[in-house]
Amino acid sequence: MDGEAQNESVACEKATLAPVDRLRSNRAESPTPGLVEGTEPGAVQKSAFFAHAQSFEDLTAEAEEKAEQEGVVEDSGQTEDELQVLVGERTITEQHAQDVSPQSRSKEEDMSSEAWRSHRKHVFVLSEAGKPIYTRYGSEEALSSTMGVMMALVSFVESDKNTIRSIHADGCKVIFLAKSPLVLVGVSQTYQSDKELLRELQYIYYQIVSLLTLTQLNHIFQNKQNYDLRRLLAGSEYLTDNLLHRLDRDPGLLLSAVTCLPLSNSVRDVVSSSLQAAKAKNLVFSILLAGDRLVTLVRKKDQFLHHIDLHLVMNLVGSSSSFREGEGWTPICLPKFNTAGFFHAHISYLESASDLCLILVSTDREDFFNMSDCKQRFLERLTKRTAYQALKEALKCPSYSVEQVGIPELRHFLYKSKSSGLYTSPEFPELYQSDEEQERLMGLYQDLHSHLHHPVRPLRFFYRCTNKENLLAWVTNGFQLYLCFSPLGTKAMAVSAVNKLLKWIRKEEDRLFILSPLTY
Amino acid sequence: MALVHEEVADAICTKHAETGLCFYFHYLEKQGCACSVSHLVVMNTQRDPVATQLSSDTLGRPVRTLRVKMVLLGGSGVGKSSLALRFVRSEFRSTVPTVGCAYMTHMIHLRDVSLRFEIWDTAGQEKYHSVTPLYYRGAHAALLVYDISKRETFYRVQLWLQELEKHYIPGSTVMWLIGNKADLGHARQVSEQEGHSLAADRGLYFIETSALSGDHVDELLQDVAHRVYECVGGQQGGLSEWEEKPCEDLHHRDMSSLLTSCCKS
Ligand SMILES: Nc1nc2c(ncn2[C@@H]2O[C@H](COP(=O)(O)OP(=O)(O)OP(=O)(O)O)[C@@H](O)[C@H]2O)c(=O)[nH]1
Ligand SMILES: [Mg+2]
Repeated sequence: MDGEAQNESVACEKATLAPVDRLRSNRAESPTPGLVEGTEPGAVQKSAFFAHAQSFEDLTAEAEEKAEQEGVVEDSGQTEDELQVLVGERTITEQHAQDVSPQSRSKEEDMSSEAWRSHRKHVFVLSEAGKPIYTRYGSEEALSSTMGVMMALVSFVESDKNTIRSIHADGCKVIFLAKSPLVLVGVSQTYQSDKELLRELQYIYYQIVSLLTLTQLNHIFQNKQNYDLRRLLAGSEYLTDNLLHRLDRDPGLLLSAVTCLPLSNSVRDVVSSSLQAAKAKNLVFSILLAGDRLVTLVRKKDQFLHHIDLHLVMNLVGSSSSFREGEGWTPICLPKFNTAGFFHAHISYLESASDLCLILVSTDREDFFNMSDCKQRFLERLTKRTAYQALKEALKCPSYSVEQVGIPELRHFLYKSKSSGLYTSPEFPELYQSDEEQERLMGLYQDLHSHLHHPVRPLRFFYRCTNKENLLAWVTNGFQLYLCFSPLGTKAMAVSAVNKLLKWIRKEEDRLFILSPLTY
Repeated sequence: MALVHEEVADAICTKHAETGLCFYFHYLEKQGCACSVSHLVVMNTQRDPVATQLSSDTLGRPVRTLRVKMVLLGGSGVGKSSLALRFVRSEFRSTVPTVGCAYMTHMIHLRDVSLRFEIWDTAGQEKYHSVTPLYYRGAHAALLVYDISKRETFYRVQLWLQELEKHYIPGSTVMWLIGNKADLGHARQVSEQEGHSLAADRGLYFIETSALSGDHVDELLQDVAHRVYECVGGQQGGLSEWEEKPCEDLHHRDMSSLLTSCCKS
């Protein structure tokens, strides 16, 4: 774990090796900035607050990770001139299989099987002894024999010194992730790739670890192989349920990034510095959230928060109203930081009816009053400043409409700055207001994402027309960009829109991103 | 003027229905029929009581504020958070399982002293069991809560009791056994008598409450305040062990910035 953290911080420094002056001029001049990491719109000026993981990649097998990183090195000479070449290289205009309504398929299956079989994505967690721990749908008891079969499959292949990864059968994928002492199984009827599904199982694994720590899990199962872990997870199933829901809906989990509350630079600076001033010996991270959006984050020098850990914190805070009553104080393991131990988080809302939630992460379980005091100091400082009013004002419009960008054909987009680990995205336009449509759009993004991150043949650029929308995805060393256009547009139009959008993001970057994260 | 009277212990709380103002008449003498009003505290229940708390009684003597650490223990779903919500805000709302622990404060005014209850509402889920000692250690009041409609929670509470007794320093903690959800009489699994005898055997106070209806909740809190003040030795010179705590522990952390700013300088 330590080694990993080290690598990450090295990578982080690498991102900012360029002197700030040069960075600034690059920012201003480059017409399509971001081909070099650290110069893209939204790039951080100092060191980022996230553990600078290869984020998506670091979730997958090490061998794959290496291959991908080599790929990155090979491609690093790329410039924007190559954009056109790449466009020609891979343009797919097709009636994608996904457009065959998945609904009719599942109904068909429904006829011949029990209702729960028709769910798009099942997730099961079991112990190595084959004991059920979690199921997304239905009850674990009823599924114990099914889980027994799953475990039998895993151990059968393992006995041959091999690992079972997936089974593909008739529009259905079964993905296995063995993370001792747990085994996770996903059964999916979506078009997500194995890799994407594996990534989702990883998240579930980390969710469970964050409640118990890996050390405790190992300890439990070493002592008693067929321990019923549901006893310890009782009452927390909703966290896993909600995380799975987020995986279907939240672009942040797809992009391995978080999004910020749009806020003027000066206001954010005041909030950040007030938070920075409220420090304490054992305080490692101070996180201010507005719902699922980051307002600011201050971290201890040399300590980085991994985006997965932040998503787990967001899931915890967003899933429970219990923090609205008084001040919360809870042990929490941040598995990407350290799977062995608990941090202790002080969680409270700034005002009773407010969306602003402050999370203070300490290493000391006895630190409650110190953290409570930090919060009080932060609040006192902040309420004296006019910035607090501006912040509350900003909460009223936590997003922006795509019209502000001024590209008529553009319906929606996701833009992630790699060096900062932050992304920005407008609110869903009218066409995508319903839950189904939003999930469908997310499905399209997921599909683009898996093409760009294909383990064997990753693409840098991808353009796709369907009868409902045209989609474009582009990944460089500096950013990832996913755009959704009306189906009437052309490819040339889409390509020119990219430049326009990047310029717009550059212009708005100090409102949409946190450019200078602070440390204590 | 519609005034609602409610007699609680040795104080009468009169709530003015329209303004929500609370008038507390504190009596010097509890015994005997001739009671004289010692002082009057006016509280606006809409706001944090601390902010409007009078810093001296009507005779100009300062009212001391002492800290009381109170912990709520018991299985998940027995109603600890609901009781805490009743204590602090006099309301009942739907709750969700507590994560870790929730901390809140509440002022109780006795005749010559104010008690600042620091309430630790622990999570009943088993995975948080290992951190609970943090909260009951040094508690002046421990409320062991079970659900009268779930026998299993009654067993659970006895395990807590055993654990507390291991760490118990006589005279330092006042313990209550609380049978909550008394409104669910039709589904009762633990008789009142059983609760009574357990409490009597182990030297606990006992009461059945309903966080839903509010039955016996105010009485309970007033009673806790009195017992703690009497038993834990608050009468002569106060509960000194509370003042021995490190400086930052003494900061008042109520929402009242008034108080916080004067504590720090
Ligand atoms: N009928 C009835 N229901 C109650 C009463 N008190 C609480 N409840 C309900 O019981 C459920 C659990 O209440 P909580 O207060 O959250 O329980 P808890 O003890 O805090 O649970 P944990 O935080 O998980 O330890 C909620 O649905 C409450 O609405 C009561 O007096 N009567
Ligand atoms: Mg609770």
